[in-house]
Amino acid sequence: MDKSTRKLNGSEILIQCLLEQGVDTVFGYPGGAILNVYDKLYEHPEIRHILTAHEQGASHAADGYARSTGRVGVCFATSGPGSTNLATGVATAYMDSSPVVFITCNVNSDLIGRDSFQEVDITGVTLPITKCTYIVSNVKNLADTVREAFTVARSGRPGPVLIDIQKNATADEYDYTPTTPEEFSANGSARIARLKSTHHPAIGYPEIDIKAVETLAEMIERCEKPLLICGGGVVRSGASEEFRTLARRMDSPVAITVMGGGAFGGYDPLKTGMIGMHGSQASNMACDACDLLIAVGCRFSDRVTLNPAGFAKNAKIVHIDIDPSEIDKNIKTDLHIIGDAKEVLTLLLSKMKADKKNDGWKNYVFSFRRETEYDDPENGTLTPKQILSAAAEILPQDTMVTTDVGQHQMWAIQHFRFDYPGQLTTSGGFGTMGFGLGAAIGVQAGNPDKTVVLPYADNNASVQQFDIGNGQTVAALDLRRSLLTDYA
Amino acid sequence: MQAKENEQGLKRYTIITAMDNEAGVLSQLAHLFSRKGYNIETIAAGWTVDQNVTRFTIEIYSDEERIKLLCSQLRKLVPIHYVEILDPSKSIRRELMLVRVKAEDRASRNEIIQIGNIFRGSVVDITPDSITLSVTGDDQKTQAFEELLKEFGILDLARTGIVAIERGEM
Repeated sequence: MDKSTRKLNGSEILIQCLLEQGVDTVFGYPGGAILNVYDKLYEHPEIRHILTAHEQGASHAADGYARSTGRVGVCFATSGPGSTNLATGVATAYMDSSPVVFITCNVNSDLIGRDSFQEVDITGVTLPITKCTYIVSNVKNLADTVREAFTVARSGRPGPVLIDIQKNATADEYDYTPTTPEEFSANGSARIARLKSTHHPAIGYPEIDIKAVETLAEMIERCEKPLLICGGGVVRSGASEEFRTLARRMDSPVAITVMGGGAFGGYDPLKTGMIGMHGSQASNMACDACDLLIAVGCRFSDRVTLNPAGFAKNAKIVHIDIDPSEIDKNIKTDLHIIGDAKEVLTLLLSKMKADKKNDGWKNYVFSFRRETEYDDPENGTLTPKQILSAAAEILPQDTMVTTDVGQHQMWAIQHFRFDYPGQLTTSGGFGTMGFGLGAAIGVQAGNPDKTVVLPYADNNASVQQFDIGNGQTVAALDLRRSLLTDYA
Repeated sequence: MQAKENEQGLKRYTIITAMDNEAGVLSQLAHLFSRKGYNIETIAAGWTVDQNVTRFTIEIYSDEERIKLLCSQLRKLVPIHYVEILDPSKSIRRELMLVRVKAEDRASRNEIIQIGNIFRGSVVDITPDSITLSVTGDDQKTQAFEELLKEFGILDLARTGIVAIERGEM
């Protein structure tokens, strides 16, 4: 790489910084304030820009791209309404811990604070729904801010970050010196150095409490009726293999949360199905009767626990999560381990002595139903299970699924058997109607060789219908997407 | 000491935190308190030995469980350096109060100055009709001072909010 310093304008610096981070796809919608950046995009065919019909679609697409590839998604929008149109997408990514860098441009610095045309304080709007927000008013801060934003978005518990660049900073020139993410992380900004040295939760991977891991290994040794919960953290951390090994060695039934879909094998005989409000009988009966519950990368949302006081009332509850602020937030735990799921599980597996056999307990759990059963359909109509199972049979086994929100979402998670992390992209935490189509565009963009399917319910189409008729997006992607529409 | 309780039986806590000294950090901090349902009783801020770091002292009513959760949520903010809850028995809390009191005759003027002396306050301004005093102490002391001055007629009053620091190790 040519490490020499060059004088470039802000838009070129921004694009160079995206290239440093390995960005090859950007979703977005142009407008006045961000025009300089879009002008520069013409000169960089190595970055593919996918235009949606509305900023919200682009935000979900960047989110879907991030979730299905494990890379950081990037989304562009202009000032004012362009940026506020992102808000739902930002919140969706935040609630499901998806690493997306949102880049908005604002009016010129000298117009800020004057209620100028298309001016809005977008960092203020998105403050509670991002890991961090940045304002760039001077081109000299641009490069390091972009690099820091990517570092924050992808590190620790991932999440969305928003950078608001004032228009003058996209036009002014400044010295640009190329660097790599590794170099920047090692000796980049003073702030990154501080965050690293203090094991700051935003980017840090805390040192794992080995005593707690040993205690857990002993608890596993003693327990007779274990239950594992596979949460979204297993997907984000890439800990799927370790988790499957743990389940096998503990011989423990495994319940999944909405976000955990795909991290544990859909055809695995240890799988009890979803847990909680939309969960299977087997999962919920196991939760009620188990004596040790180990939840990995889940935040015990109200959809999982329902009534926290009665949740797993006979069990010792153990929580493994990377975010210290999730511990004891919704459920009081008996033991917790803060750390990256992959690291914690690897360590735990090394501390476990003998493998276990729990045939009696498994017989009890699997005497209950793992799937919703339906009454015989009347008038020759089909049940959701029949429709989705038929779809699953026709489609390639590695088909990626995105969903919108509502009943069809739960059916899809119940009846498609997700087998690998990233196979399912769904708005679990925020429950965003209109998520599915944008997400499908992003998933397809990130996984061009896969088939992407979006089961769709009637009203979802009217929430984010823009892109259905948007021939440009569909043609650009050569989308193989199929829509399964439920007009129930 | 100050471990007062409010009507809902919640205890008063003193939180100290340091953040990068840059635009927007106060609103980030304050926003977190409001979205978790807290009313900030007092907040005081100023830079430390390092001018790039601003230190806040914040007092709120809470319970032990919720305050722990709040602190771990605060620690997630990128500009935050550290967050601590101060132990009242091992810390010093002070605020500065400025108060302008009606003093239209010699007798009241004398009495106000005497009360001020007892509280180690100082007269910072005087006019034919009023006296302005400054007093430093914890909130109980400033509260007591305010009570005593009420009968003269308080024209205006301003508090800085509590700043607090840990005592040195013995």
